[in-house]
Amino acid sequence: MEKLIRFNLNGKETEVTIDPTLTLLWVLRDQFGLTGTKYGCGIGVCGACTILVDDNAVRSCTYQVSDVMDRKVVTIEGLASNGELHPVQKAFIKKDALQCGYCTPGMIMNATSLLLSNPEPTRQEVIDAMQENLCRCGAHIRIIEAIQLAGQDMKKGK
Amino acid sequence: MKKRSKNPELATTKSRLDLKRRDFFTLLGGGVVVYLSSRNPSELLALPLIQRREVPEDFNAFLTIYEDGTVICHVGKIEMGQGPITSLPQQVADELDVSIESIKMVMGDTATCSYDAGTWGSLTTREYSHYLRAACAEARAVLIQLAAEHLKISPDNAKVKDGVIFDASNPEKKISYGWLTKGERIERSMDEKPKVKDHTQFYYVGQSLLHADSRLKVSGEAKYTADIPMEGRVYAKVLRPPSHHVELKTVDYSEAEKITGAQVVRDGNLIAVLHKFPDVAERALGTIKAEYTVDENKVDDHSIFNHLLTATGDTREREKAGDLEAGEAQADLIVESEFHDGYKAHAPIEPHAAMAKWEGEKVTVWASCQSPFGAQDQIAQELEMALEDVRVISPFVGGGFGGKIYHPQVMEVVKIARLVNLPVLLAYTREEEFFMDFFRSAAVIQIRSGITEKGLISLWDYKHYFFEARGSDTIYNVPNKLTTSYVARRGSPVQPLPTGAWRAPGANSNTFARESHIDIMAAKADIDPVEFRLRNLVDEKMIAVIEALKAKFGYTPAKGPSGRGIGMACGTDAGTWVAVMVEVKVDIETGNVQAIKAVVSQDMGMCVNPQGSIIQAEGCVTMGMGYALSEDIEFKGGNVISSNFDNYQLPLFSWTPEVIDTVILDRMDEPPQGGGEPAIICMGGALANAIFDACGARLYQMPMTPERVLAGIKLAKG
Repeated sequence: MEKLIRFNLNGKETEVTIDPTLTLLWVLRDQFGLTGTKYGCGIGVCGACTILVDDNAVRSCTYQVSDVMDRKVVTIEGLASNGELHPVQKAFIKKDALQCGYCTPGMIMNATSLLLSNPEPTRQEVIDAMQENLCRCGAHIRIIEAIQLAGQDMKKGK
Repeated sequence: MKKRSKNPELATTKSRLDLKRRDFFTLLGGGVVVYLSSRNPSELLALPLIQRREVPEDFNAFLTIYEDGTVICHVGKIEMGQGPITSLPQQVADELDVSIESIKMVMGDTATCSYDAGTWGSLTTREYSHYLRAACAEARAVLIQLAAEHLKISPDNAKVKDGVIFDASNPEKKISYGWLTKGERIERSMDEKPKVKDHTQFYYVGQSLLHADSRLKVSGEAKYTADIPMEGRVYAKVLRPPSHHVELKTVDYSEAEKITGAQVVRDGNLIAVLHKFPDVAERALGTIKAEYTVDENKVDDHSIFNHLLTATGDTREREKAGDLEAGEAQADLIVESEFHDGYKAHAPIEPHAAMAKWEGEKVTVWASCQSPFGAQDQIAQELEMALEDVRVISPFVGGGFGGKIYHPQVMEVVKIARLVNLPVLLAYTREEEFFMDFFRSAAVIQIRSGITEKGLISLWDYKHYFFEARGSDTIYNVPNKLTTSYVARRGSPVQPLPTGAWRAPGANSNTFARESHIDIMAAKADIDPVEFRLRNLVDEKMIAVIEALKAKFGYTPAKGPSGRGIGMACGTDAGTWVAVMVEVKVDIETGNVQAIKAVVSQDMGMCVNPQGSIIQAEGCVTMGMGYALSEDIEFKGGNVISSNFDNYQLPLFSWTPEVIDTVILDRMDEPPQGGGEPAIICMGGALANAIFDACGARLYQMPMTPERVLAGIKLAKG
């Protein structure tokens, strides 16, 4: 029943022997202690559990752990490098683009994926990309600004 | 100065739940403990009955000051995004004369924090901070006394900067708070309470500060309940009935017990499956066969309004003035309307969660909860435990909006964990979160009003059915008026679903009704709706807020419907005067409503953190679009059909107006009022009026879905 799953997690080659059908979200949280990735809906419609798999934003609540075999997984904990926050994280702080903060990791991961494919998105492009991420506190207007700011900062090499 | 004695009167009213004062100080450890003695009992009446545990007189300790100058501020309030982790230190720093960087907040822990009934009602600043500030002012005075004794100077000559007390005429004579408090517990208080500072003496209060916790939140380090690491923890999945109105008849969980590693536990009708993997616990839960009685209640989200109108209950008359018949006689025009509003979920993105860990007779619970002390009370009462054997900690809370005042998951997990010798985490699924919610009530409002030839309101007869009176005040200057509340009789609930607090719950439905009706009257009287409001207002604060709103928005008068898609609403909530104006585009082919611009204007008294208040107002605008335009709980009897975000529509990024501006009137010399809720009350009315202004469609029911907008357009074209 159990299977050896190998993947790259936040820059490190990782392996775990586990029931391969378990949900990736819970494996990340419970086996690896990466609790920055949140449960919100369990059906992939709120975005709180968003992570990067091979640089694409995916919903970890809809993935089985075996789906990431030999792939590259980045969670919110893997975004900063050597203690320095990623420009998207910095921009969320600068724009005060959060309240309760529970949706924030998913927002940041989704935005990071957007900026990898489209470094300078327009407001509308940000909205289109973020449409499936839910925030209940109503931080949307600041999140849009933060993502555009992050794009500009990344271009300037900040 | 003397050592404070316990007030005997209060002592006798306290129950066995009373945490021993000594124990409390033991928990706090070293450092200065400041006692507070004065608290206005009338403010306690604002709290729900169960929460009036005790006046926090004897042990309302807020502060500990360590040798290195670190000020630990222990507050029973919780942080759920509304910002006290930022705004409370601003006040502490100013009252104590310490740097804000030296303050560390410890929040929501019943073992170490000063008692607080719960974080709700926009009360943190307008109520709680008074006691916190007074505690700080007293601590400062006590420390100055101690410093003066040590330095052999007059306390009147002492000054404080960054936690260092010095002689004003000889600054070299100085001593720090931390040095004074080192290794000592100084139980002193001031007989004469020092005054808190006024607005001219503030440094931090009034400054816009960014969220103090954002570094933790953007990095994923912030710990919410389900994130607390715990060796050997198992997940619990609880068997839920299909309806709130049914009883369990038979249950067979033999299949679940066969699953490797799964354990089924039962405490009465509370049946749960435990497993270290939530997926497996969920699978095992799915194998349980349960039979229930039939739900006889047939009320659904369509028939609910007729149900409310025809239900038996009591009436309460409020705001009675003048003579309704005389008001009718003076009227040139009589306007009657009826408004409906469906159930709304809280839907925080973090569902309710709690983890319990028993150690002998003691239990520690981490809970996503707005009321850790309330949860502690509940556990102690239900399980007949001593209060000190129950510790509840609310870590960061991922949104509450009133929904986490209720914490059924806490009792469930405490009971489950008691049956097994393991730490247990019960984290609701989204489906459970919807089912277990205490919804914002469904609502019906009927208004009959009269307008004189001069465009003055002569009659206001307001009836609201079986939901909160909050926000049902007339607010306009009407000589002949009556507000009638239809209320359920004790033991005979009328609302078929569990209902409760929400972000300014009833005020949203009441303000939608009143402000829509005001617009209807303005249109019938051929008067610009903003001008109509001002003509009928005498409340100077409300008038000032509307004038500021007009100026910020750049509003020019026009009779509705003007085609511009501009609408406003105003009211008072949580002590704050608030008005919102929105501009929308209505797609007359699809009925879709898109907000373009929103402006919030509020008089909230002293504003501690303008940035935080602006963010709350923006949140109100955005969240408010949800209840106004799309959110509606689908249900039949006690079966909650709305179950997840694919069938309960929250506001989306595409709904975000390009501009949300907030004006906060400068009232720094007045007491602070609420900021978390007020602006949201206006969103239903402002959007309804903007839709009317855009296309002539008058909507009487929330949410104002595209279908309802299209029906309204059709009716307007008549």
